[in-house]
Amino acid sequence: MDMELIQQILIAALKTGTPLLLIALGELVTEKSGVLNLGQEGMVLMGAMAGFAGAYYTGNLFLGMSLAMVAGMIMALLFGALALSLNTSQVATGLALTIFSIGLSSFMGGSLVGSTIPGFKAIAIPFLSDIPFIGDLLFNQDILIYLSFFIAGATWWVLHKTRVGLTVRAVGENPHSANALGIKVIKIRYLATLFGGAMAGLAGAYLSLSYTPMWMENMSAGRGWIALALVVFASWRVGYLMLGAYLFGIASILHLVMQGFGFDISPNLLAMMPYLATLIVMVLISSNSLKQKLSTPMSLSKPFDPKLH
Amino acid sequence: MKFNKLVTAAALAVNAFLLPATQAADDPLKVGFVYVGPVGDHGWSYEHDQGRLELEKHFDGKVETTYVENVPEGADAERVITQLAKSGHDVIFTTSFGFMNPTIKVAKRFPKVHFENATGYKRGKNVGTYLLSTYQGRYVSGVAAGMETESNVLGYIASFPIPEVIRDINAVYLGAKSVNPDIKMKIVWVSTWYDPGKEADAANALMDQGADVIIQHTDSPAPLIAAEKRGKMGIGQASDMSHFAPNAHMFSVRDHWGPYYIDTVQKIMDNTWKPEDYWGGFKEEILQIVSVNPNLSDEIKTAISETEAKIKSGEFHPFTGPMNDNQGNEVIPAGKTLTDEELAGVMWYVEGIDAKIPQ
Repeated sequence: MDMELIQQILIAALKTGTPLLLIALGELVTEKSGVLNLGQEGMVLMGAMAGFAGAYYTGNLFLGMSLAMVAGMIMALLFGALALSLNTSQVATGLALTIFSIGLSSFMGGSLVGSTIPGFKAIAIPFLSDIPFIGDLLFNQDILIYLSFFIAGATWWVLHKTRVGLTVRAVGENPHSANALGIKVIKIRYLATLFGGAMAGLAGAYLSLSYTPMWMENMSAGRGWIALALVVFASWRVGYLMLGAYLFGIASILHLVMQGFGFDISPNLLAMMPYLATLIVMVLISSNSLKQKLSTPMSLSKPFDPKLH
Repeated sequence: MKFNKLVTAAALAVNAFLLPATQAADDPLKVGFVYVGPVGDHGWSYEHDQGRLELEKHFDGKVETTYVENVPEGADAERVITQLAKSGHDVIFTTSFGFMNPTIKVAKRFPKVHFENATGYKRGKNVGTYLLSTYQGRYVSGVAAGMETESNVLGYIASFPIPEVIRDINAVYLGAKSVNPDIKMKIVWVSTWYDPGKEADAANALMDQGADVIIQHTDSPAPLIAAEKRGKMGIGQASDMSHFAPNAHMFSVRDHWGPYYIDTVQKIMDNTWKPEDYWGGFKEEILQIVSVNPNLSDEIKTAISETEAKIKSGEFHPFTGPMNDNQGNEVIPAGKTLTDEELAGVMWYVEGIDAKIPQ
């Protein structure tokens, strides 16, 4: 394998991993606040549909992107109204949200199927993109990929280095204590859930405006679920999450590239590779079960009713 | 799906009021469809649904249709097919290979219901199969791609190693080889019929490795869009995909199920239906070459229409002996062409394809 090919594989892996990373970052923050929202797959689809619709009708990709985030947030708000305000089961509500959103996005986006838009173009960052090998990989991508780098860094910083992050984590670990300290638990959980929705929407926009610039029913093809698993395997840590998302990307691309080279391995086995490789690495790095236990937000998926306190 | 049922139920209720009493006894024939993908895939399931709509239009009120989309192949399919059979459907079309076994199973329990399974090979007293002679379109694709390519490398995105897919890979290779002796074909299995992201990744991986014409046996237009982005070429699958990639799109091989569905339902109404193994191609106009890109060279355009015409008239058959597989065994003796039945069992690569069929 020559360097150019390795570079192409890494670029493709980056593109494959980015939607997973975005969805998982949103879910990580949501879960850190103690809320388990299984509605990502649905929010991604709503984002993809709204993003494409926005870009198609206005001709402005950034407007489409914003609309995608708004669409994700509206769905998250719906989840919040049910699960946080009315205290319905988070698991059931999230699943219902996914099923509902799959149908709603197909219905609302019906007339958009078959339309095309130009999609986001790569922006080369001057000088940096001229660095051999990593220049094209890291500094000649479209805006959504740069944005995903930024959001990953910002999420880590906010969660671990700021008071806001501390508040979110406190709410997720022990909402009762947080409540006693005067933190508005439900408000924080709403905000974290909305962030999750915005990220899922952004991932949807990435799918329909950059990765494969089109809108089709069910085009997320299960990426929301993979991202959900990534959050758990990454032990709710941003660094591991990035590693997991890109690892999954590399393994997905390798399985296609190896076939092109005529490796004599069953494609069924190869198709398992992304899941298997990610699973193994993630289990290894988070094999310390005590640590794993400690990193799980203690009140995850448990409802909290401030009126009872 | 639920919505659709609701609408049909509502329509039925309204009909019951509007129709005169004499006609009320003459219930419409209920036809059910099971799709593997969403009707909005603009490919395989979309064209089946277009066929369903044609059927409804043709019989204008005498036929009532229901469809269930996005049905996973396997245990879930059995549940869906049973549900359709239970709810009084007279004919059920199950439109994917993976629905074959569930269809056979359910058909045994509902002997009065007619079942038709697309692309399967198991039949029963009340189960017929129907299939497109897609290899005809593939051969034309091969000819066009073999002439168009500059790198002499074709990229093939394959779904699952079943006879239909293997046969089509052979047909493309035979077509390409007939016009370009230096042709090479790279095959990538994606293990899915529909995942736009993965299909695009596969197309990009193939283009990274030198392929400049992409042929797909998956259902979304994502590979074509990927080819358009990089200035390469591709061929539309199952439905007219020209608008997705105005430059990259060479032509589409369209599945056109309407005439078959109308014919089958007519036979069931006339009580002349028998479980058959139906193959339809260019001749039956179940398979069509549509939207040939006007920017293709005249030479290629002529080759496309001539090859199509020769296959349509029966003058030429892509699987004509002598032919060896890529292990060196003779698979078709000289002077013989494969029958539909033999074609259904093609599980070998033709001589020249540098790959192994996955086990």
